[in-house]
Amino acid sequence: MAPAAETRSAAAWTRKDLLGIAELSADEIRTILDTAESFREVAERPIKKVPTLRGKTVVNLFFESSTRTRSSFEIAEKRLSADGLNFSASTSALTKGESLVDTALNLQAMAPDLIVIRHAYPGAPHMLARRLKAGVINAGDGAHEHPTQALLDAFTIRQRKGRIEGLKVSIVGDIEHSRVVRSNIHLLRKLGAEVTVAAPRTLMPVDVESMGVRAVHSIDEAIDGADVIMMLRIQLERQGRMSFPSTREYFNLFGLTTERMARAKEGVIVMHPGPMNRGVEIASDVADGPFSVILEQVTNGVAVRMAVLYLLSGVRSEDGGEG
Amino acid sequence: MPPTLEPKKTLLDSKQIRRLVRRIAGEIVEQAGGTTDLMLVGIRSRGVPFAERLAVEIEAMEGAAVPVGTLDITLYRDDLSTIAPQPVVRETKLGQPIDDRVIVLCDDVLFSGRTIRAALDALIDYGRPRAVRLAVVVDRGHRELPIQADYVGKVVPTASDEHVEVRFDEVDGTTDVRLFTREEEA
Repeated sequence: MAPAAETRSAAAWTRKDLLGIAELSADEIRTILDTAESFREVAERPIKKVPTLRGKTVVNLFFESSTRTRSSFEIAEKRLSADGLNFSASTSALTKGESLVDTALNLQAMAPDLIVIRHAYPGAPHMLARRLKAGVINAGDGAHEHPTQALLDAFTIRQRKGRIEGLKVSIVGDIEHSRVVRSNIHLLRKLGAEVTVAAPRTLMPVDVESMGVRAVHSIDEAIDGADVIMMLRIQLERQGRMSFPSTREYFNLFGLTTERMARAKEGVIVMHPGPMNRGVEIASDVADGPFSVILEQVTNGVAVRMAVLYLLSGVRSEDGGEG
Repeated sequence: MPPTLEPKKTLLDSKQIRRLVRRIAGEIVEQAGGTTDLMLVGIRSRGVPFAERLAVEIEAMEGAAVPVGTLDITLYRDDLSTIAPQPVVRETKLGQPIDDRVIVLCDDVLFSGRTIRAALDALIDYGRPRAVRLAVVVDRGHRELPIQADYVGKVVPTASDEHVEVRFDEVDGTTDVRLFTREEEA
């Protein structure tokens, strides 16, 4: 082997945790995406498993319900030969009054290498990361960040469009309550895309433009000239107060329909992080139509999570999680 | 490694490398009795241009194209838990099923044998070849596993702290094999 040949432009990964996109550099994001490129091939083999993380233990700690993200992480762990262990809110001691830190310290005592956490409170993964030796992956913390979703979205865009820089990306829907949108804005801006967000005034944060995006209040304006249209789920369960009169009215004003798509730019792709509410934010014809890359996103999610698990597992933390 | 090592001498120049590739190509075809079911698999990164050159020579000799695949062994390394950060993973592209084929693994330098062990494990995950053989440009000794090459360009006795580097025009802009030795402490 010739070591000189192995030098390459990609930045070496040095973070113990993946907590958000906000703190990552463009090079770090590219390192994850490039690594995921190689992992995608594993899913196409007759034997979809590599021995890379043999003997590593990953705890999946889900305090909020999740099907897609959790199973995606689980499959990624299995394909890397890591041992995954699932905790969900309904079966954990958290419902018995144990604090998050105590749960985590107890887990730490079992010496896991990585912890994947989803929690309703923003910052919960960050607190664990400071306390624990294990690497922590944020799988969604409240309305704050969901980094692996943004990474798999970027991966899918790059695969379809060949690049991210200079693309016009429009994100439509519940901007206010979405962690997906926050992570996506950070990532797309860092990689040089132009981002437009569209929502009714009741679902749009007041200072959203400070994140470097254009805010509009009409879906047609968002569709116009966009290379990528990203639809967000209307999070009915997160809305104590109704932000619009009815789901039908929302669909009429902000739903992505075939008629609206007719005015979209040629070659546009339609994305959705799932789960979809058909007939609320997106029409079935569009969700299943030729522009949709929604199921590709799910496939790519596994490759991206394999890349993240692989990169983080190579970082030692001898002196606790501090720093 | 390179900053602490000084190039001591050139072991092979581009002409010698061209001749040895031609010889090995002949040996492969002779032993396989032709090109039927034959497939070359280059181990990233310098095994790839080596495999491609062998394919060109075989085609010139036999008039038949031999498929060439590339193999990245990173995910199968046995030292992942001892090195940090993680090495860059690149794509494996075999291009076609390997079942029942005669695979010739191609690598630049045979040293500890650990790369080849990893390559064998990786290959088996893609199917069941009829046979796997090994071709290397340089065998520098110091094996740590019971692995030997079937086709060797040149055997070079080395000290364990020396380093052998193979370069190919296609990726390095020049073709040669150089021996590096640790710089004397001043």
